[in-house]
Amino acid sequence: MPPSTPSESSAPSPTYSDISLRVNGETYALPVDHRTTLLDALRERLDLTGTKKGCDHGQCGACTVLVDGRRSLACLQFAVAAQGREVTTIEGVADGDRLHPVQQAFLDLDGYQCGYCTPGQICSALGVIEEHAAGWPSAVTADLRPEAGPAPLNADEIRERMSGNLCRCGAYASIVEAVARAAAPDAGGSCAGVCGTEVTA
Amino acid sequence: MREFAYERAADVAGAVALLGSGPGARALGGGTNLVDLMKAGVERPQLLVDVRELPLDRIEEDGDGGLRIGATVTNSELAAHPEVRRRYPALAQAVLAGASGQLRNMATVGGNLLQRTRCGYFTDTTKACNRRSPGSGCPAVAGEHRNGAILGASEHCVAVHPSDMGVALAAFDTVVEYETADGPGTLPLDALYPPVGDAPHRETALPEGALITGLTLPDAPVAAHSRYRKVRERASYAFAIGSLAAALDVRDGVVHDVRLAFGAVASRPWRARRAEEALRGGPAGADAFAAAADAELAAARALPDNGYKLTLMRNLVVAVLGELTEEAGR
Repeated sequence: MPPSTPSESSAPSPTYSDISLRVNGETYALPVDHRTTLLDALRERLDLTGTKKGCDHGQCGACTVLVDGRRSLACLQFAVAAQGREVTTIEGVADGDRLHPVQQAFLDLDGYQCGYCTPGQICSALGVIEEHAAGWPSAVTADLRPEAGPAPLNADEIRERMSGNLCRCGAYASIVEAVARAAAPDAGGSCAGVCGTEVTA
Repeated sequence: MREFAYERAADVAGAVALLGSGPGARALGGGTNLVDLMKAGVERPQLLVDVRELPLDRIEEDGDGGLRIGATVTNSELAAHPEVRRRYPALAQAVLAGASGQLRNMATVGGNLLQRTRCGYFTDTTKACNRRSPGSGCPAVAGEHRNGAILGASEHCVAVHPSDMGVALAAFDTVVEYETADGPGTLPLDALYPPVGDAPHRETALPEGALITGLTLPDAPVAAHSRYRKVRERASYAFAIGSLAAALDVRDGVVHDVRLAFGAVASRPWRARRAEEALRGGPAGADAFAAAADAELAAARALPDNGYKLTLMRNLVVAVLGELTEEAGR
Protein backbone atom coordinates (compact mmCIF):
# COMPACT_ATOMS: atom_id res chain seq x y z
CA MET A 1 0.00 0.00 0.00
CA PRO A 2 1.46 3.42 -0.88
CA PRO A 3 1.97 5.64 2.14
CA SER A 4 -0.41 8.55 2.02
CA THR A 5 -1.73 11.12 4.41
CA PRO A 6 -5.08 12.63 3.45
CA SER A 7 -4.09 16.21 4.22
CA GLU A 8 -0.85 15.98 2.28
CA SER A 9 -1.89 14.16 -0.85
CA SER A 10 -3.91 15.94 -3.48
CA ALA A 11 -5.24 12.65 -4.85
CA PRO A 12 -7.89 10.99 -2.71
CA SER A 13 -6.55 8.17 -0.55
CA PRO A 14 -7.40 4.78 -1.98
CA THR A 15 -10.36 3.05 -0.42
CA TYR A 16 -9.32 -0.32 -1.77
CA SER A 17 -6.12 -2.39 -1.61
CA ASP A 18 -4.52 -5.40 -3.20
CA ILE A 19 -4.03 -7.72 -0.26
CA SER A 20 -2.91 -11.24 0.37
CA LEU A 21 -4.72 -13.37 2.91
CA ARG A 22 -3.35 -16.49 4.56
CA VAL A 23 -6.22 -18.93 5.06
CA ASN A 24 -5.82 -22.57 6.08
CA GLY A 25 -2.18 -22.52 5.05
CA GLU A 26 -2.85 -21.12 1.56
CA THR A 27 -2.04 -17.62 0.36
CA TYR A 28 -4.71 -15.82 -1.63
CA ALA A 29 -4.12 -12.55 -3.48
CA LEU A 30 -7.21 -10.44 -3.95
CA PRO A 31 -8.18 -6.81 -4.41
CA VAL A 32 -10.60 -5.64 -1.70
CA ASP A 33 -12.71 -2.62 -1.02
CA HIS A 34 -11.67 -1.70 2.52
CA ARG A 35 -15.27 -2.11 3.65
CA THR A 36 -15.08 -5.87 3.00
CA THR A 37 -15.19 -7.83 6.24
CA LEU A 38 -13.05 -10.90 6.66
CA LEU A 39 -16.31 -12.88 6.77
CA ASP A 40 -17.45 -11.60 3.37
CA ALA A 41 -13.98 -12.09 1.87
CA LEU A 42 -13.95 -15.71 3.02
CA ARG A 43 -17.46 -16.51 1.83
CA GLU A 44 -17.93 -14.37 -1.25
CA ARG A 45 -14.41 -14.03 -2.62
CA LEU A 46 -12.63 -17.23 -1.56
CA ASP A 47 -15.70 -19.48 -1.69
CA LEU A 48 -15.02 -20.70 1.84
CA THR A 49 -18.66 -20.81 2.83
CA GLY A 50 -18.18 -23.01 5.89
CA THR A 51 -17.89 -19.88 8.02
CA LYS A 52 -21.45 -18.67 8.52
CA LYS A 53 -23.04 -15.24 8.65
CA GLY A 54 -25.56 -15.10 11.46
CA CYS A 55 -26.15 -11.66 12.93
CA ASP A 56 -23.19 -9.87 11.27
CA HIS A 57 -22.91 -7.78 14.47
CA GLY A 58 -20.72 -9.84 16.77
CA GLN A 59 -23.61 -11.15 18.82
CA CYS A 60 -24.06 -14.76 17.69
CA GLY A 61 -20.63 -16.34 17.10
CA ALA A 62 -21.60 -18.12 13.85
CA CYS A 63 -18.65 -16.48 12.06
CA THR A 64 -16.03 -17.62 14.59
CA VAL A 65 -12.65 -18.41 13.01
CA LEU A 66 -9.15 -18.67 14.42
CA VAL A 67 -6.82 -15.74 13.72
CA ASP A 68 -3.22 -16.35 14.69
CA GLY A 69 -4.54 -19.31 16.68
CA ARG A 70 -7.07 -17.32 18.72
CA ARG A 71 -10.82 -17.56 18.17
CA SER A 72 -12.27 -14.33 16.88
CA LEU A 73 -15.25 -13.00 14.95
CA ALA A 74 -14.82 -12.64 11.19
CA CYS A 75 -17.78 -10.25 10.92
CA LEU A 76 -16.14 -7.56 13.06
CA GLN A 77 -12.83 -7.31 11.27
CA PHE A 78 -11.96 -5.93 7.89
CA ALA A 79 -10.18 -8.21 5.42
CA VAL A 80 -7.52 -5.57 4.85
CA ALA A 81 -6.69 -5.66 8.57
CA ALA A 82 -6.32 -9.46 8.49
CA GLN A 83 -3.40 -9.19 6.12
CA GLY A 84 -0.30 -10.82 7.59
CA ARG A 85 -2.32 -13.00 9.96
CA GLU A 86 -2.96 -16.73 9.81
CA VAL A 87 -6.66 -17.45 9.46
CA THR A 88 -8.07 -20.91 10.12
CA THR A 89 -11.66 -21.64 9.12
CA ILE A 90 -13.72 -24.77 9.59
CA GLU A 91 -12.43 -25.97 6.20
CA GLY A 92 -8.91 -26.07 7.68
CA VAL A 93 -9.68 -27.91 10.90
CA ALA A 94 -9.70 -31.55 9.72
CA ASP A 95 -6.55 -33.42 8.70
CA GLY A 96 -7.55 -34.43 5.19
CA ASP A 97 -10.42 -36.88 5.55
CA ARG A 98 -9.66 -37.39 9.22
CA LEU A 99 -11.91 -35.24 11.34
CA HIS A 100 -10.46 -33.23 14.19
CA PRO A 101 -11.39 -34.73 17.59
CA VAL A 102 -13.63 -31.73 18.27
CA GLN A 103 -15.50 -32.32 15.01
CA GLN A 104 -15.76 -36.04 15.77
CA ALA A 105 -17.13 -35.35 19.24
CA PHE A 106 -19.82 -33.02 17.83
CA LEU A 107 -20.78 -35.76 15.37
CA ASP A 108 -20.75 -38.58 17.91
CA LEU A 109 -22.74 -36.67 20.52
CA ASP A 110 -25.16 -34.78 18.24
CA GLY A 111 -23.73 -31.39 19.15
CA TYR A 112 -26.01 -29.68 16.63
CA GLN A 113 -29.40 -29.89 15.00
CA CYS A 114 -29.68 -27.72 11.87
CA GLY A 115 -25.90 -27.23 11.79
CA TYR A 116 -25.80 -23.53 10.94
CA CYS A 117 -23.97 -22.49 14.10
CA THR A 118 -21.75 -25.59 14.12
CA PRO A 119 -18.67 -24.29 12.25
CA GLY A 120 -18.55 -21.37 14.69
CA GLN A 121 -19.18 -23.66 17.66
CA ILE A 122 -16.33 -25.94 16.63
CA CYS A 123 -13.85 -23.13 15.98
CA SER A 124 -14.84 -21.60 19.30
CA ALA A 125 -14.41 -24.95 21.07
CA LEU A 126 -10.91 -25.26 19.62
CA GLY A 127 -10.12 -21.89 21.17
CA VAL A 128 -11.75 -22.79 24.49
CA ILE A 129 -9.70 -25.96 24.87
CA GLU A 130 -6.48 -24.14 24.05
CA GLU A 131 -7.25 -21.19 26.34
CA HIS A 132 -8.11 -23.51 29.19
CA ALA A 133 -4.93 -25.51 28.65
CA ALA A 134 -2.97 -22.26 28.81
CA GLY A 135 -4.43 -21.62 32.28
CA TRP A 136 -6.76 -18.80 31.33
CA PRO A 137 -9.54 -18.34 33.90
CA SER A 138 -13.18 -17.56 33.08
CA ALA A 139 -15.95 -15.58 34.73
CA VAL A 140 -17.06 -18.68 36.65
CA THR A 141 -13.58 -19.63 37.88
CA ALA A 142 -13.90 -19.36 41.66
CA ASP A 143 -10.27 -18.70 42.55
CA LEU A 144 -8.41 -16.49 40.12
CA ARG A 145 -5.07 -16.55 41.92
CA PRO A 146 -2.49 -18.11 39.62
CA GLU A 147 -1.26 -20.37 42.43
CA ALA A 148 -4.76 -21.88 42.69
CA GLY A 149 -4.04 -23.68 39.43
CA PRO A 150 -6.39 -24.15 36.49
CA ALA A 151 -10.04 -24.87 37.21
CA PRO A 152 -11.28 -28.19 35.76
CA LEU A 153 -13.08 -27.74 32.45
CA ASN A 154 -16.45 -28.79 33.86
CA ALA A 155 -19.88 -28.08 32.43
CA ASP A 156 -20.15 -24.65 34.09
CA GLU A 157 -16.78 -23.60 32.70
CA ILE A 158 -17.68 -24.85 29.22
CA ARG A 159 -21.03 -23.05 29.22
CA GLU A 160 -19.44 -19.78 30.29
CA ARG A 161 -16.54 -20.05 27.85
CA MET A 162 -18.85 -20.98 24.95
CA SER A 163 -21.44 -18.29 25.76
CA GLY A 164 -20.49 -16.27 22.68
CA ASN A 165 -21.89 -18.96 20.41
CA LEU A 166 -25.65 -19.05 20.15
CA CYS A 167 -27.57 -22.12 18.94
CA ARG A 168 -31.17 -21.41 18.00
CA CYS A 169 -31.94 -25.14 17.87
CA GLY A 170 -30.95 -25.31 21.50
CA ALA A 171 -28.40 -28.11 21.15
CA TYR A 172 -26.48 -26.71 24.09
CA ALA A 173 -26.64 -29.82 26.26
CA SER A 174 -24.94 -31.92 23.56
CA ILE A 175 -22.52 -29.14 22.68
CA VAL A 176 -21.31 -29.04 26.29
CA GLU A 177 -20.81 -32.81 26.23
CA ALA A 178 -18.95 -32.69 22.92
CA VAL A 179 -16.56 -29.99 24.12
CA ALA A 180 -15.94 -31.90 27.35
CA ARG A 181 -15.20 -35.13 25.50
CA ALA A 182 -12.91 -33.42 22.99
CA ALA A 183 -11.04 -31.68 25.81
CA ALA A 184 -10.51 -34.90 27.76
CA PRO A 185 -10.73 -37.81 25.29
CA ASP A 186 -8.97 -40.13 27.75
CA ALA A 187 -11.49 -39.66 30.55
CA GLY A 188 -12.94 -43.11 29.94
CA GLY A 189 -14.70 -41.84 26.84
CA SER A 190 -17.36 -40.62 29.21
CA CYS A 191 -17.15 -36.94 28.39
CA ALA A 192 -15.23 -36.02 31.52
CA GLY A 193 -18.12 -36.76 33.84
CA VAL A 194 -20.23 -34.11 32.16
CA CYS A 195 -22.57 -36.56 30.41
CA GLY A 196 -25.75 -37.25 32.28
CA THR A 197 -25.41 -34.25 34.56
CA GLU A 198 -28.33 -31.92 34.84
CA VAL A 199 -27.92 -29.21 32.23
CA THR A 200 -29.73 -25.94 32.61
CA ALA A 201 -29.21 -23.50 29.78
CA MET B 1 -20.91 2.04 4.98
CA ARG B 2 -18.91 4.99 3.75
CA GLU B 3 -15.67 4.24 1.90
CA PHE B 4 -12.49 4.75 3.89
CA ALA B 5 -8.73 4.70 3.54
CA TYR B 6 -6.71 2.27 5.66
CA GLU B 7 -3.20 2.63 7.02
CA ARG B 8 -1.31 0.28 9.31
CA ALA B 9 0.82 2.30 11.71
CA ALA B 10 4.32 0.95 12.36
CA ASP B 11 5.15 3.22 15.30
CA VAL B 12 3.39 5.56 17.69
CA ALA B 13 4.76 8.71 16.02
CA GLY B 14 3.41 7.55 12.68
CA ALA B 15 0.06 6.69 14.20
CA VAL B 16 -0.47 10.07 15.86
CA ALA B 17 0.65 11.87 12.69
CA LEU B 18 -2.07 10.04 10.78
CA LEU B 19 -4.65 10.51 13.55
CA GLY B 20 -3.86 14.24 13.64
CA SER B 21 -4.29 14.59 9.89
CA GLY B 22 -7.98 15.39 10.12
CA PRO B 23 -11.17 14.83 12.06
CA GLY B 24 -12.09 11.91 9.83
CA ALA B 25 -9.26 9.71 11.10
CA ARG B 26 -9.99 7.02 13.68
CA ALA B 27 -7.76 4.51 15.41
CA LEU B 28 -8.67 0.86 14.76
CA GLY B 29 -7.84 -1.53 17.58
CA GLY B 30 -9.83 -4.76 17.91
CA GLY B 31 -12.68 -3.12 16.03
CA THR B 32 -15.33 -4.90 18.06
CA ASN B 33 -17.29 -1.67 18.59
CA LEU B 34 -15.99 0.60 15.82
CA VAL B 35 -16.61 -1.82 12.94
CA ASP B 36 -20.14 -2.48 14.15
CA LEU B 37 -20.85 1.26 14.46
CA MET B 38 -19.48 1.79 10.93
CA LYS B 39 -21.95 -0.80 9.66
CA ALA B 40 -24.72 1.08 11.43
CA GLY B 41 -23.61 4.41 9.97
CA VAL B 42 -22.99 5.86 13.43
CA GLU B 43 -19.25 6.07 12.74
CA ARG B 44 -18.21 7.37 9.32
CA PRO B 45 -14.41 7.64 9.35
CA GLN B 46 -12.49 8.64 6.23
CA LEU B 47 -9.30 7.00 7.43
CA LEU B 48 -8.74 4.03 9.72
CA VAL B 49 -5.34 3.91 11.38
CA ASP B 50 -4.73 0.30 12.39
CA VAL B 51 -2.79 0.46 15.67
CA ARG B 52 -2.74 -3.21 16.60
CA GLU B 53 0.84 -3.76 15.55
CA LEU B 54 2.22 -0.91 17.61
CA PRO B 55 4.69 -2.01 20.29
CA LEU B 56 2.15 -1.33 23.06
CA ASP B 57 1.27 -4.94 23.85
CA ARG B 58 3.12 -5.47 27.14
CA ILE B 59 2.14 -5.65 30.80
CA GLU B 60 5.11 -4.58 32.91
CA GLU B 61 6.03 -3.50 36.42
CA ASP B 62 5.86 0.30 36.59
CA GLY B 63 8.88 0.43 38.93
CA ASP B 64 6.72 1.82 41.74
CA GLY B 65 4.83 -1.25 42.84
CA GLY B 66 2.15 -0.90 40.18
CA LEU B 67 1.61 -2.24 36.67
CA ARG B 68 1.83 -0.56 33.32
CA ILE B 69 -0.53 -1.97 30.70
CA GLY B 70 0.00 -1.23 27.03
CA ALA B 71 -2.98 0.01 25.04
CA THR B 72 -2.99 -2.86 22.56
CA VAL B 73 -2.97 -5.59 25.22
CA THR B 74 -6.11 -7.61 24.56
CA ASN B 75 -8.81 -8.09 27.15
CA SER B 76 -7.96 -11.81 27.22
CA GLU B 77 -4.29 -11.22 27.91
CA LEU B 78 -5.07 -8.71 30.63
CA ALA B 79 -7.46 -11.04 32.45
CA ALA B 80 -5.07 -14.00 32.20
CA HIS B 81 -2.00 -12.14 33.45
CA PRO B 82 -0.74 -13.63 36.76
CA GLU B 83 0.04 -10.28 38.38
CA VAL B 84 -3.33 -8.82 37.45
CA ARG B 85 -5.06 -11.86 38.95
CA ARG B 86 -2.91 -11.72 42.08
CA ARG B 87 -2.78 -7.99 42.75
CA TYR B 88 -5.99 -6.65 41.15
CA PRO B 89 -8.41 -9.62 41.04
CA ALA B 90 -11.46 -7.36 40.56
CA LEU B 91 -9.91 -6.15 37.31
CA ALA B 92 -9.47 -9.68 35.97
CA GLN B 93 -13.04 -10.52 37.07
CA ALA B 94 -14.43 -7.39 35.42
CA VAL B 95 -12.74 -8.17 32.12
CA LEU B 96 -13.91 -11.79 32.22
CA ALA B 97 -17.47 -10.65 32.97
CA GLY B 98 -17.58 -8.69 29.72
CA ALA B 99 -18.44 -9.81 26.18
CA SER B 100 -17.45 -13.29 24.94
CA GLY B 101 -14.20 -15.20 24.55
CA GLN B 102 -13.98 -14.26 20.88
CA LEU B 103 -14.55 -10.57 21.56
CA ARG B 104 -12.09 -10.52 24.46
CA ASN B 105 -9.44 -11.99 22.16
CA MET B 106 -9.96 -9.13 19.72
CA ALA B 107 -10.70 -6.16 21.99
CA THR B 108 -7.90 -3.95 23.28
CA VAL B 109 -7.50 -2.10 26.57
CA GLY B 110 -7.28 1.30 24.87
CA GLY B 111 -10.35 0.62 22.78
CA ASN B 112 -12.30 -0.62 25.77
CA LEU B 113 -12.06 2.81 27.41
CA LEU B 114 -13.18 4.56 24.22
CA GLN B 115 -16.08 2.26 23.38
CA ARG B 116 -19.41 3.99 22.90
CA THR B 117 -22.64 3.62 24.77
CA ARG B 118 -25.02 0.84 23.74
CA CYS B 119 -28.06 3.12 24.25
CA GLY B 120 -30.49 2.12 21.51
CA TYR B 121 -31.09 5.72 20.46
CA PHE B 122 -27.37 6.30 19.96
CA THR B 123 -26.93 3.27 17.73
CA ASP B 124 -30.04 3.94 15.60
CA THR B 125 -29.35 6.72 13.09
CA THR B 126 -33.07 7.17 12.42
CA LYS B 127 -33.52 8.43 16.00
CA ALA B 128 -32.56 11.67 17.68
CA CYS B 129 -29.57 11.53 20.03
CA ASN B 130 -27.61 14.43 21.52
CA ARG B 131 -24.54 12.24 21.86
CA ARG B 132 -24.45 11.28 18.17
CA SER B 133 -26.10 14.36 16.70
CA PRO B 134 -25.71 17.37 19.07
CA GLY B 135 -28.89 19.31 19.67
CA SER B 136 -31.23 16.70 18.21
CA GLY B 137 -32.67 15.74 21.60
CA CYS B 138 -32.71 12.77 23.95
CA PRO B 139 -35.70 10.50 23.37
CA ALA B 140 -34.50 8.17 26.14
CA VAL B 141 -35.62 10.55 28.92
CA ALA B 142 -39.27 10.01 27.99
CA GLY B 143 -38.71 6.73 26.19
CA GLU B 144 -36.73 3.53 26.68
CA HIS B 145 -34.36 4.08 29.58
CA ARG B 146 -34.52 0.96 31.68
CA ASN B 147 -30.73 0.76 31.53
CA GLY B 148 -30.31 4.54 31.74
CA ALA B 149 -28.07 6.47 34.11
CA ILE B 150 -29.05 7.42 37.66
CA LEU B 151 -25.88 9.37 38.50
CA GLY B 152 -24.28 12.31 36.73
CA ALA B 153 -26.78 12.39 33.88
CA SER B 154 -28.67 15.39 32.55
CA GLU B 155 -31.85 16.00 30.56
CA HIS B 156 -29.57 16.01 27.49
CA CYS B 157 -28.38 12.41 27.86
CA VAL B 158 -28.97 9.47 30.20
CA ALA B 159 -26.75 6.92 28.45
CA VAL B 160 -24.48 4.65 30.48
CA HIS B 161 -20.90 3.67 29.77
CA PRO B 162 -20.85 -0.04 28.93
CA SER B 163 -17.35 -1.01 30.12
CA ASP B 164 -16.82 -3.54 32.90
CA MET B 165 -13.04 -3.19 32.77
CA GLY B 166 -13.31 0.56 33.28
CA VAL B 167 -15.20 0.12 36.55
CA ALA B 168 -12.35 -1.82 38.14
CA LEU B 169 -9.80 0.57 36.66
CA ALA B 170 -11.71 3.50 38.17
CA ALA B 171 -11.63 1.89 41.61
CA PHE B 172 -7.85 1.58 41.47
CA ASP B 173 -6.96 5.17 40.47
CA THR B 174 -5.78 4.22 37.01
CA VAL B 175 -3.91 6.85 35.00
CA VAL B 176 -4.40 6.95 31.23
CA GLU B 177 -1.39 7.77 29.07
CA TYR B 178 -1.74 9.20 25.59
CA GLU B 179 0.33 10.56 22.76
CA THR B 180 -0.44 13.38 20.34
CA ALA B 181 1.44 14.95 17.46
CA ASP B 182 2.40 17.68 20.00
CA GLY B 183 3.69 15.26 22.63
CA PRO B 184 2.50 12.91 25.36
CA GLY B 185 0.06 13.50 28.20
CA THR B 186 -1.74 11.75 31.05
CA LEU B 187 -5.23 11.87 32.53
CA PRO B 188 -6.60 10.18 35.64
CA LEU B 189 -9.33 7.79 34.49
CA ASP B 190 -11.81 9.87 36.49
CA ALA B 191 -11.02 12.86 34.28
CA LEU B 192 -11.05 10.96 30.98
CA TYR B 193 -14.83 11.25 30.75
CA PRO B 194 -16.15 14.83 31.18
CA PRO B 195 -19.44 15.51 32.97
CA VAL B 196 -22.42 15.09 30.64
CA GLY B 197 -24.00 18.50 31.20
CA ASP B 198 -25.30 20.02 27.98
CA ALA B 199 -22.55 18.49 25.79
CA PRO B 200 -22.94 14.71 25.87
CA HIS B 201 -21.26 14.51 22.46
CA ARG B 202 -18.00 15.52 24.16
CA GLU B 203 -17.27 12.00 25.34
CA THR B 204 -13.63 12.24 26.38
CA ALA B 205 -11.19 14.88 27.56
CA LEU B 206 -8.48 13.59 25.22
CA PRO B 207 -7.05 16.18 22.83
CA GLU B 208 -8.12 15.87 19.18
CA GLY B 209 -6.15 13.15 17.43
CA ALA B 210 -4.76 11.64 20.65
CA LEU B 211 -3.91 7.95 20.86
CA ILE B 212 -4.17 6.12 24.18
CA THR B 213 -0.82 4.35 24.57
CA GLY B 214 -1.26 2.69 27.95
CA LEU B 215 -2.51 2.70 31.52
CA THR B 216 -0.78 2.76 34.86
CA LEU B 217 -2.37 0.86 37.72
CA PRO B 218 -0.76 2.32 40.83
CA ASP B 219 0.41 0.17 43.69
CA ALA B 220 -2.61 -0.53 45.92
CA PRO B 221 -2.30 -3.32 48.50
CA VAL B 222 -6.05 -3.11 49.17
CA ALA B 223 -6.68 -4.17 45.56
CA ALA B 224 -5.49 -7.70 46.35
CA HIS B 225 -8.72 -8.02 48.39
CA SER B 226 -11.12 -6.99 45.69
CA ARG B 227 -14.12 -8.29 43.78
CA TYR B 228 -16.20 -7.38 40.74
CA ARG B 229 -19.87 -8.28 40.79
CA LYS B 230 -21.97 -7.81 37.68
CA VAL B 231 -25.75 -7.96 37.47
CA ARG B 232 -27.28 -8.58 34.06
CA GLU B 233 -30.40 -10.02 32.52
CA ARG B 234 -28.82 -13.36 31.61
CA ALA B 235 -25.98 -15.36 33.12
CA SER B 236 -23.34 -14.54 30.52
CA TYR B 237 -22.59 -12.43 27.46
CA ALA B 238 -24.73 -9.40 28.29
CA PHE B 239 -24.09 -5.84 29.34
CA ALA B 240 -24.51 -4.90 32.98
CA ILE B 241 -27.62 -3.29 34.40
CA GLY B 242 -25.54 -2.58 37.49
CA SER B 243 -22.08 -3.60 38.64
CA LEU B 244 -19.65 -2.97 41.46
CA ALA B 245 -15.89 -3.09 41.83
CA ALA B 246 -14.97 -3.19 45.52
CA ALA B 247 -11.77 -3.54 47.50
CA LEU B 248 -11.66 -3.68 51.28
CA ASP B 249 -9.01 -3.76 53.97
CA VAL B 250 -10.56 -4.48 57.37
CA ARG B 251 -8.46 -4.55 60.54
CA ASP B 252 -10.02 -5.43 63.90
CA GLY B 253 -13.46 -4.74 62.51
CA VAL B 254 -12.50 -1.27 61.29
CA VAL B 255 -12.35 -0.18 57.65
CA HIS B 256 -8.71 0.69 57.06
CA ASP B 257 -8.99 1.20 53.31
CA VAL B 258 -11.79 0.82 50.80
CA ARG B 259 -12.33 1.36 47.07
CA LEU B 260 -15.71 1.39 45.36
CA ALA B 261 -16.75 2.02 41.78
CA PHE B 262 -20.18 1.54 40.19
CA GLY B 263 -20.84 0.40 36.63
CA ALA B 264 -23.86 0.90 34.34
CA VAL B 265 -25.19 3.78 36.42
CA ALA B 266 -23.55 6.78 34.70
CA SER B 267 -21.96 7.97 31.47
CA ARG B 268 -18.63 6.85 32.90
CA PRO B 269 -17.33 4.31 35.38
CA TRP B 270 -18.52 5.92 38.63
CA ARG B 271 -15.98 6.11 41.43
CA ALA B 272 -18.01 6.14 44.65
CA ARG B 273 -15.85 8.50 46.71
CA ARG B 274 -18.67 9.59 49.03
CA ALA B 275 -19.30 6.02 50.01
CA GLU B 276 -15.58 5.43 50.55
CA GLU B 277 -15.34 8.50 52.79
CA ALA B 278 -18.32 7.37 54.81
CA LEU B 279 -16.66 4.01 55.45
CA ARG B 280 -13.02 4.85 56.02
CA GLY B 281 -12.08 4.58 59.71
CA GLY B 282 -15.51 3.33 60.69
CA PRO B 283 -16.91 -0.09 61.58
CA ALA B 284 -17.24 -2.80 58.95
CA GLY B 285 -20.79 -4.11 58.98
CA ALA B 286 -24.00 -4.31 57.00
CA ASP B 287 -25.46 -1.12 58.50
CA ALA B 288 -22.35 0.89 57.71
CA PHE B 289 -22.19 -0.53 54.19
CA ALA B 290 -25.82 0.36 53.54
CA ALA B 291 -25.34 3.87 54.92
CA ALA B 292 -22.31 4.34 52.71
CA ALA B 293 -24.24 3.24 49.63
CA ASP B 294 -27.02 5.66 50.57
CA ALA B 295 -24.48 8.46 50.91
CA GLU B 296 -23.33 7.86 47.35
CA LEU B 297 -26.82 7.40 45.97
CA ALA B 298 -28.20 10.52 47.66
CA ALA B 299 -27.33 12.42 44.49
CA ALA B 300 -29.00 9.84 42.24
CA ARG B 301 -31.92 10.83 40.04
CA ALA B 302 -34.03 7.99 38.75
CA LEU B 303 -36.30 8.11 35.71
CA PRO B 304 -39.67 6.28 35.71
CA ASP B 305 -38.18 2.95 34.61
CA ASN B 306 -34.70 2.76 36.12
CA GLY B 307 -35.33 3.36 39.81
CA TYR B 308 -34.55 -0.29 40.46
CA LYS B 309 -30.87 0.59 40.07
CA LEU B 310 -30.86 2.41 43.42
CA THR B 311 -31.95 -0.73 45.24
CA LEU B 312 -29.68 -2.86 43.11
CA MET B 313 -26.55 -0.81 43.79
CA ARG B 314 -27.32 -0.56 47.51
CA ASN B 315 -27.73 -4.33 47.74
CA LEU B 316 -24.57 -4.90 45.72
CA VAL B 317 -22.51 -2.72 48.07
CA VAL B 318 -23.85 -4.48 51.17
CA ALA B 319 -23.41 -7.96 49.71
CA VAL B 320 -19.95 -7.60 48.22
CA LEU B 321 -18.45 -5.65 51.13
CA GLY B 322 -19.97 -8.24 53.44
CA GLU B 323 -18.26 -11.03 51.54
CA LEU B 324 -14.92 -9.22 51.55
CA THR B 325 -15.25 -8.60 55.31
CA GLU B 326 -15.96 -12.25 55.95
CA GLU B 327 -12.97 -13.33 53.88
CA ALA B 328 -10.71 -10.88 55.72
CA GLY B 329 -11.72 -12.52 59.00
CA ARG B 330 -10.63 -15.98 57.89
